[in-house]
Amino acid sequence: MFKDGNLIGKDSRMLKKNAGAKLPKFNINKKRMKNRIFLSRFSRHLFSLSAVFALVVLGILLFDIISESLGWLNVKFLTNNLSIFPEKAGIRGALIGSVYLMLIVIPVTLVLGVSTAIYLEEYSNKGKIANFIKVNITNLASVPSVIFGLLGLSVFGRILNLGSSILAGGLTMSLLVLPIVVVASQEAIRAVPGFLRDASYALGANKWTTVRKVVLPVALPGILTGSILAISRAIGETAPLVVLGIPTLILKIPTGIMDDFTALPIQIYYWTLDTVLTPEYANLAAATIVVLLGVLFIMNSAAIIIRNKFQKKF
Amino acid sequence: MSIANEKKKEAVYDVRGLNLWYGEDQALKDINMEIEENKVTAIIGPSGCGKSTFIKTLNRMVENIPIVRTTGEILYHGDNIFDKSVKVEELRTKVGMVFQKPNPFPKSIFENVVYGPKIHGIKDKGLLMEIAESSLRSAALWDEVKDRLNDNAYGLSGGQQQRLCIARCLAVQPDVILMDEPTSALDPIATFKIEELIESLKKDYTISIVTHSMQQAARISDKTAFFLMGELIEYDSTSVIFSNPKDKKTEDYITGRFG
Repeated sequence: MFKDGNLIGKDSRMLKKNAGAKLPKFNINKKRMKNRIFLSRFSRHLFSLSAVFALVVLGILLFDIISESLGWLNVKFLTNNLSIFPEKAGIRGALIGSVYLMLIVIPVTLVLGVSTAIYLEEYSNKGKIANFIKVNITNLASVPSVIFGLLGLSVFGRILNLGSSILAGGLTMSLLVLPIVVVASQEAIRAVPGFLRDASYALGANKWTTVRKVVLPVALPGILTGSILAISRAIGETAPLVVLGIPTLILKIPTGIMDDFTALPIQIYYWTLDTVLTPEYANLAAATIVVLLGVLFIMNSAAIIIRNKFQKKF
Repeated sequence: MSIANEKKKEAVYDVRGLNLWYGEDQALKDINMEIEENKVTAIIGPSGCGKSTFIKTLNRMVENIPIVRTTGEILYHGDNIFDKSVKVEELRTKVGMVFQKPNPFPKSIFENVVYGPKIHGIKDKGLLMEIAESSLRSAALWDEVKDRLNDNAYGLSGGQQQRLCIARCLAVQPDVILMDEPTSALDPIATFKIEELIESLKKDYTISIVTHSMQQAARISDKTAFFLMGELIEYDSTSVIFSNPKDKKTEDYITGRFG
């Protein structure tokens, strides 16, 4: 840096000193260039091959499941209750159970997750404690789901005595996907350009007004996209429910959040286990998988549509 | 503040012994200057001289950077803005700011202009419309946007966006407008329009403008302050600064010998 306006002298001296600097002479290695062009083409094919590989595996899986479910998947399958006769069995209970589960998971994760993200991004002073919390939330997102099941079993199932009710399952699932919602919301909030916040503050807005009127509306598509993906994970998750002891056979369709319930993935799990006894259960499991995939497909499409439609450019 | 207002003091701002640090680095060193009412005060100086920091201190926007520390006083109509009794939200309704890059909200043109009045509690639709129209007229934008007030502000050109930001700032009825290089992202025609606008706003507002362009400072300002290395080197009427500066460093800078 410069001092007392003498920068001029120093700067111009540096300029003069460097003015004569020349690039050293070198030749471009033609042979290496050939190799590099080959490498470039090769890597392109390698990458497309890996993409194709993933698609092929998915295709085989889908084909297998759909062909097994053919003839079994119809409206009756969706509306019938469980039955010991495979021809009469349906997934009404599991569908309703899954819907109930989402009725707990969606509000709990959205409220807690978005609030946490707002706190971490907008309010917390970026000190050591905030950093510690952030690192831990990111770590939580990669904890195996069965661990969350154990946590849910001991805290919600045993200590709070909720048993294997919808509330216990819903809260456990919420814990499982909460870190994903927090991280996704944090990223969406962080992506809101600082100059928009500045504009709001400069007009005399306080922090909460700025967050509510400027930050959240801009971040909302990102938050929704992340949340929908997280929630669709909760729909498909099995392990925590198994640990909670969610039954597959329920004779009573749940009517409130304290009732016992079963859910789609659990249904699939038990039907798959019982194929030894009744081979047709494999078809029922396949049909349930198709239903679950359909739900996930719709939710993921919604996430993509929201992202594309509301993405704002600055 | 209102009582002080009635005294009709000539100086809107009286900066006394202002020092500012970003962490360990001192960005402003013992600044003393008065900003006069209904005048355009230009602040010039090379990059990193503290001119933007200074202007952002006047509405305390600089405090959004957590590591900033200040000493000294800035009297706004006689009240120290660093005083605990001063609400920063209230100060910023009196002291508006226009930024380097046009920064409209991703909302409609109308919603942009009435953002300030709305957050300060005005709900009456007719009144909001009146505010929007008069602010847009004052910012010389009304004729260009009156038929598309509900269109997104990002459909406007850069120059129009910047005038929209000025309108948005006028809508909260400030008494000072701080401008931080408002034309540096604009083409010459848009720049010319903004400069004309500044001329016309002068009679109702006190304007302080940071600029990299010395021609701009010479064209539009009544007084010019030259900053260097965080110090206020010279502060005088614009004609003196550009024709007969007292300090050698000022002369070197305005004649383009450095910076």
